[in-house]
Amino acid sequence: MAESSWFTDFPAMERSDLLTIRKTLDAGYREFSRTYGDLIESFFDPLLSFLVWFEKLLLASPWWAVILAITFLVYTASRSARLSVAVMIAFLLIGYFGMWDNTMRTLSIITVCTILSIALGIPIGIMMSRSDRVQSIVTPVLDIMQTMPAFVYLIPVVMLLGIGKVPGVIAVVIYAIPPVIRLTNLGIRLVDKEVLEAATAYGANAWQRLTGVQLPLSLPTIMAGINQTIMMALAMVVIASMIGVKGLGQPVLKSITNQYFTLGLFNGLAIVALAIMFDRVSQAYAKRTQRHLGGAQHD
Amino acid sequence: MTDPFIKIEGLYKIFGTDPESVLPQVLEGRSKDEILSETGHTLGLKDINLSIEKGRIFVIMGLSGCGKSTLIRHFNRLVEPTKGQITVDGVDVMHLNRKQLESFRRHKMSMVFQRFGLMPHHTVLENVAYGLWVQNVDKKTRTEKAKQWLKSVGLAGYEEQYPSQLSGGQQQRVGLARALCTDADILLMDEAFSALDPLIRSEMQDQLIELQEKLHKTIIFITHDLDEALRLGDRIAILKDGELIQEGAPAEILLHPASDYVEAFVRDVNRARALTVETVMKPPAFRITAETIGEALEQMRRLPVDYGYYVSDKGYQGVIVQETLEEAVKEDAADSVSEQVFEEVAAIAPESLLEEVLPETLDKDYPLPVVDSGGGLCGQLSRSSIADALCEPQGKEGEPQGKEAA
Ligand SMILES: Nc1ncnc2c1ncn2[C@@H]1O[C@H](COP(=O)(O)OP(=O)(O)O)[C@@H](O)[C@H]1O
Ligand SMILES: [Mg+2]
Repeated sequence: MAESSWFTDFPAMERSDLLTIRKTLDAGYREFSRTYGDLIESFFDPLLSFLVWFEKLLLASPWWAVILAITFLVYTASRSARLSVAVMIAFLLIGYFGMWDNTMRTLSIITVCTILSIALGIPIGIMMSRSDRVQSIVTPVLDIMQTMPAFVYLIPVVMLLGIGKVPGVIAVVIYAIPPVIRLTNLGIRLVDKEVLEAATAYGANAWQRLTGVQLPLSLPTIMAGINQTIMMALAMVVIASMIGVKGLGQPVLKSITNQYFTLGLFNGLAIVALAIMFDRVSQAYAKRTQRHLGGAQHD
Repeated sequence: MTDPFIKIEGLYKIFGTDPESVLPQVLEGRSKDEILSETGHTLGLKDINLSIEKGRIFVIMGLSGCGKSTLIRHFNRLVEPTKGQITVDGVDVMHLNRKQLESFRRHKMSMVFQRFGLMPHHTVLENVAYGLWVQNVDKKTRTEKAKQWLKSVGLAGYEEQYPSQLSGGQQQRVGLARALCTDADILLMDEAFSALDPLIRSEMQDQLIELQEKLHKTIIFITHDLDEALRLGDRIAILKDGELIQEGAPAEILLHPASDYVEAFVRDVNRARALTVETVMKPPAFRITAETIGEALEQMRRLPVDYGYYVSDKGYQGVIVQETLEEAVKEDAADSVSEQVFEEVAAIAPESLLEEVLPETLDKDYPLPVVDSGGGLCGQLSRSSIADALCEPQGKEGEPQGKEAA
């Protein structure tokens, strides 16, 4: 101690103290997950069974039925024949290159994650837009969720729930949910004040204002948030495969460890194809529902 | 007198983080600028007292930023006052809870906005029906009523368009139809026509006057344009920096501005077009009632002037000048007064605009008779009264006035 002064060396905490802190926290959390792990796991059971059911559905159905169904959905959402044909070709190629099963697994987990993110994210965004206090609390949490390396929050999730689909979904949702929350909040706050005032002046209550004015008018912004959320969920698929989520991420992971360049490239391209498909379809859908705005009046 | 329909008493509004703490300083009478620089709070409204009668158009006028929008938003409590009382049709608006306030807004008042405030994602028809949708009225009734109002503002056939497909004037007609569709007694119009081109604006004013003749709503109309205020208003209130400077009938404001500020406002107004005969006429001074021409001349000679208004028990008959009587007397003094001796001049109505009667008034040496719709003589209008009214307000020294002309 005597030879090193605080002037030259940082006056750091004793190693032993640090160790104690780490040990206590780790032990505490381990204790917590041992006690409540099962309880929390059973809480997620419905989610798990839905996931399993949906994945089975996609895998068990004949490939041509799945492609037809997807093409039909794409066409209903976008009303674009070109896009529908492109999607069909992409899936045919994916199947031809032997990535069908993994793509279906990824598709199912992405769908579940997106639904979950929207179902949680939009209400949180609404609450944020209604109160500056909630906004000032939630914003830093979102910042942490977006910047904290995903591996770091995988650890407690895995400790709590083990390896498998549910922790994977949780990790993906944590990573992907911020855009939909942020943009829901922003979209509602940017709604034309005079239009909202008109609704209030005619006696609309809070629910009528929300569903009749705020949500419809912020829909383009919310859709942009949903779009980003889907993209981020797809990007997270590779990392989630480290904790046992099956799908396109696993071959990518395998090719990193074994230096299989082509295998990695093919599966990567399949992820890209899914991403482009989700992006184009959701954008075309958003544009179609906003046509009447005509771009004439709103800034 | 009965209580006024809408009453505002001692209304104060301060914008900022802690309005209550600033209130004492406002009550002390510190100015808006002082309060802003010392406390960072904006004085929105200061001690506003207003009474508004049912079925009238009440105009609130003032320059931009003087608090007009703030004031009109107090009527339906879109803005909460810092202090004060608001009573509408016997209801103490300040003591309504949230549910009551919503119901009050649904049924009692509707509002028209400067930038229209239409829902861009709804069709024109849905926009007009919006107030009824809020009230959970069934779709059939809603559509029927909305169609009917859309027709009465001249937009039949536009039902399925979206607001962005309409011109500004058409959009504001939709705004007006939406306001009328709820059958509320009170219409709040915040600079409703200010965003429109002059020609469209004047069309909309005509339409509003026409509708008002049928509907007899109580309309609170905000404007920064005095010509618009004079054209529409039954009463006008003038605001400056959140304070009520003057409140009165249009003619009162024009003829007796309460301060230099109001005077500056009214200076450029075309008075001939804004004032009616009623507001500037004098009581009729010289009546002739005699039966015969001889007696009439006798009466006339006793008057300080050489003209008179012949009035029988059936009311006003005509104007006689001394010269004509003297001619007529030479023929037959006992002849009764009749058409023959009257001047060829039409009586004017008290509600005519000065502009309409100006040429004739200037043309005659005597004041024109003002006769009401019942045929009674109610006043006289001379060149000098018109000159007085058309010149700038009196009482400011050093301004030569051309009233000796008559
Ligand atoms: N929400 C608000 N917060 C702070 N100041 C406001 C607010 N609304 C209005 N003001 C201030 O109050 C004054 C009156 O505004 P307003 O009623 O909009 O004027 P007008 O409609 O006559 O142009 C202005 O000085 C404006 O800056
Ligand atoms: Mg305003």
